[in-house]
Amino acid sequence: MIQNAWLIPVFPLIAFIILLFFGRYLKQKSAYVGITAMALSFILAVLVLFERIGGDTYTNTITWLTFGDSTISMGYEVTALNAMMLIVVTLVSLVVHIFSKEYMHEDDRINVFYSYLGLFSFSMLGLVLAPNILQLFIFWELVGLCSYLLVGFWFFKPEAAAAAKKAFLTTRIGDVGLLIGLVLLFTATGSFEYGEVFAAMEAGLLNGTISEALVTVIAICIFLGAVGKSAQFPLHVWLPDAMEGPTPVSALIHAATMVAAGVYLVGVMYPVFLASNTAMTVVAYTGAITAIFAATIALVNTDIKRILAYSTVSQLGLMILALGTVGYVAGLFHLMTHAFFKALLFLGAGSVIYGLHHRQDIRKMGGLWSRMKVTSITFLIGALAIAGVPPLAGFWSKELVLAAVWYEGDIFLFILAVLTSLLTAFYMFRLFFKAFTGEFRGDHEPHGENSKLMTMPLVVLATLAVVAGFVNTPFGFWLEGFLTEGLNVGYSAHGDAWLIFLSIGIAVAGIALAWAMYYKKSIPEDFLSSKFPGAHKVLLNKYYMDEFYQKAFVLPTVTIGKFFWEVDRSIIDGIVNFVGRSTRNSGRTFAKRHDGQLQTYGLVTIIGGLAVIAVAFVLGGYFG
Amino acid sequence: MVHITFFLALAAILFCIGLYGVLTRRHLVIVLVCVELMLMAVSINLIAFSAIGPSAGIEGQVFTLFIISVAAAEVAVGLAILIALYRNRESIDVIKHDLLRW
Repeated sequence: MIQNAWLIPVFPLIAFIILLFFGRYLKQKSAYVGITAMALSFILAVLVLFERIGGDTYTNTITWLTFGDSTISMGYEVTALNAMMLIVVTLVSLVVHIFSKEYMHEDDRINVFYSYLGLFSFSMLGLVLAPNILQLFIFWELVGLCSYLLVGFWFFKPEAAAAAKKAFLTTRIGDVGLLIGLVLLFTATGSFEYGEVFAAMEAGLLNGTISEALVTVIAICIFLGAVGKSAQFPLHVWLPDAMEGPTPVSALIHAATMVAAGVYLVGVMYPVFLASNTAMTVVAYTGAITAIFAATIALVNTDIKRILAYSTVSQLGLMILALGTVGYVAGLFHLMTHAFFKALLFLGAGSVIYGLHHRQDIRKMGGLWSRMKVTSITFLIGALAIAGVPPLAGFWSKELVLAAVWYEGDIFLFILAVLTSLLTAFYMFRLFFKAFTGEFRGDHEPHGENSKLMTMPLVVLATLAVVAGFVNTPFGFWLEGFLTEGLNVGYSAHGDAWLIFLSIGIAVAGIALAWAMYYKKSIPEDFLSSKFPGAHKVLLNKYYMDEFYQKAFVLPTVTIGKFFWEVDRSIIDGIVNFVGRSTRNSGRTFAKRHDGQLQTYGLVTIIGGLAVIAVAFVLGGYFG
Repeated sequence: MVHITFFLALAAILFCIGLYGVLTRRHLVIVLVCVELMLMAVSINLIAFSAIGPSAGIEGQVFTLFIISVAAAEVAVGLAILIALYRNRESIDVIKHDLLRW
């Protein structure tokens, strides 16, 4: 079955093609096409995973291009890491496909929506299965395109169109870095295949043909791609805005799969990063700063989706931090668990938004617990999981991340990671208490719990958010054995007992604080805004990052653009217009001579005749 | 014997007067008269050459007679056109007749 792994991305591609041509006639039935394709992919992915667990890495490539001594191949590869990713992507995608059927049914472009979802699933699965970096890059760009299409799905809203543009352009900055990294890597090692690249690099480092500085540059360039895709500081600005897209899309692309592609990229290129201490430090610090940075913004935001978006940025920061501190398994384990519980939280938010007729402000919610039971319970499970309450999935992975950071030895990073975890627990429960408990503060009563079609996906994901962590607990590091088998990815830190208690303590403290502030109200809700209005304002304005980018990059670019437009308009167009205008004007001037006056014509004829005669005389030599 | 140059000079002066009239006069009748003047200048040339030219003969004088009769017919036609024009446009001013204008 593992040799048929290439079929996994093909099913959604077929769905995409079918919907592309026949979607117009299928309309609401489009959902079935997409769901069927994803279900087939998921089943196949499960079979492939089981076969991979019992067997070996499977690679199948064909030669694509040959030039000089180099060949570029294309094909597919099933390693431990991408077998895991296949499950994550197909499962979340399937769940989102099912959820969207109800969520999007009022939209008469639902067929387009499903075709985009199919294209995205194809691209993401292709990215995961890629056996070389070049193929990964191709799919990497494809998922970026799908992200653009889906964020801008409601393109008639100006915010959505702007957000789509922003997402595309911001990630493009990272992609340029990635491309440069790939080219450097190819010139250094002469190959794109993972195995060959790593072997050539190791050999080159040993015999000195590849300098460590070059490896550092390559690693940082590749990391730039991850920074863009995984919304790391300072390129994180696109992800919160990407929430303008439909909520299922946010769950699939901007929480579980595409944004995790950056983490995945660092994961598959891990030997390159391990070879450079500088690069690892850059990775770790970027992750840590992003984690704390986004977590603080999430404290004050009031839009349910944006809080989750900042939470995603923060959690991705933790994964990157873990990878940067040699926590290979920790980072990827957190990637997997996060995919499940964050998709759950987003779909839960989608369910809430759908129930409240597309209102997203948590100040206008409240009291949803009694009105939307299933959504509330599953959302609570998701919130507990992300806060890191045992024995839910988030606890095991976050504890591993903290352990990785602790054993790296940088106390500053460790403090940041701990603080982030504390803030995560706090803002998630701030969101939970504000939206689901207390009095209903909205103006439009929800119509009760949504249909089974929307709640079943939540239940599935909630189950996973509970159990997904059990694959790697202190009682059995099964996932770690699976992922690191036959790989040299450094050591893996296992948490000591005190770390486990610390992470439980953090989660409980965060939840308790939120409970005191937003449920019990023993601490006033406006504690921050009244005591530290300055800090509150900075957080509310997202540290003025957007304003800064606007002034520092967008405005100069626009100014330069306007300048060149002016040059083009006045000088280039001026020349063209001058040629045209002078032709026209000379035509007009001569046309004036054509005045219909017989005598003018006669005069001209006589002068002309005389001139001809004069010329004939001169040339004919009559005047000596 | 009078030298041929005097005849040719007279003819040239007449031709230039006629040409000047054709190009400058605004009255159509005067223009027609000037055209006649130019024809006569040509006729003088022909007669001069037939009388004292290098190959003198009768042909020049015969041609002149033809020219005079053709000119008479031409003037008749010209005047007819002129009258028709006047009926149409109520003017025989050359400047005002610019139908060929762009």
